[in-house]
Amino acid sequence: MKILYFAWVRQKIGRSEEVVDAPANVRTAGDLAAWLVARGDGYAEAFADLKRVRVAINQEHSNFSAPVDGRDEIAFFPPVTGG
Amino acid sequence: MIRVQRQDFNIGVEIDALTRGRTDVGAVVSFAGIVRADADGDPLKSMTLEHFPGMTERELNRVEAEARVRWSLQDVAIIHRFGELLPGDRIVLVATTSQHRADAFEAASFLMDYLKTRAPFWKRELRVSGEYWVEPRDSDDSAAARWSS
Repeated sequence: MKILYFAWVRQKIGRSEEVVDAPANVRTAGDLAAWLVARGDGYAEAFADLKRVRVAINQEHSNFSAPVDGRDEIAFFPPVTGG
Repeated sequence: MIRVQRQDFNIGVEIDALTRGRTDVGAVVSFAGIVRADADGDPLKSMTLEHFPGMTERELNRVEAEARVRWSLQDVAIIHRFGELLPGDRIVLVATTSQHRADAFEAASFLMDYLKTRAPFWKRELRVSGEYWVEPRDSDDSAAARWSS
């Protein structure tokens, strides 16, 4: 699946996007975040407080309980501050 | 009309485009957001807006569609800039036209409240003391929430 990162989530992880082959037990956006955390420091820091992170699936606002699969594009970012 | 762009816009030109050649428009309301220097304490040197290309346009189109359902509008214009901006620069323009002023006023207010909580933009401030990501304000959430009651 394709993952995008924005703003300070991107800065902490050190990249703006990546394609990952997540294991079958990654069924939700929350599972994906937990699996990413195990990959290292930047991820652990970015996902340390999930209340500060938002998720979009295929460019739609979503949440960490939402199901994801290999065809989805998942984006993680801080609460938006436009306008 | 939705535009997400790096370059500046001219408020007068944009408002004129909504009304020119029409005799059915009775009201045009516009809001422009400007970069504030906040000169007290820790002045802002510049602000950089990052966004999520694709999703930004989708969300702005969705917000416009919602406004058109709720109010009787003739036209809607939303222009939002990204990239590096300086104090005094324009950030965003929302303009609405309708036959009567109440629809245009309320819809413009709704559009700003909704886009602030839904459009995927993030502001990074460069201040004299360092660089900071802007945190969302609770007042922005409550401003958006008043439209769902």
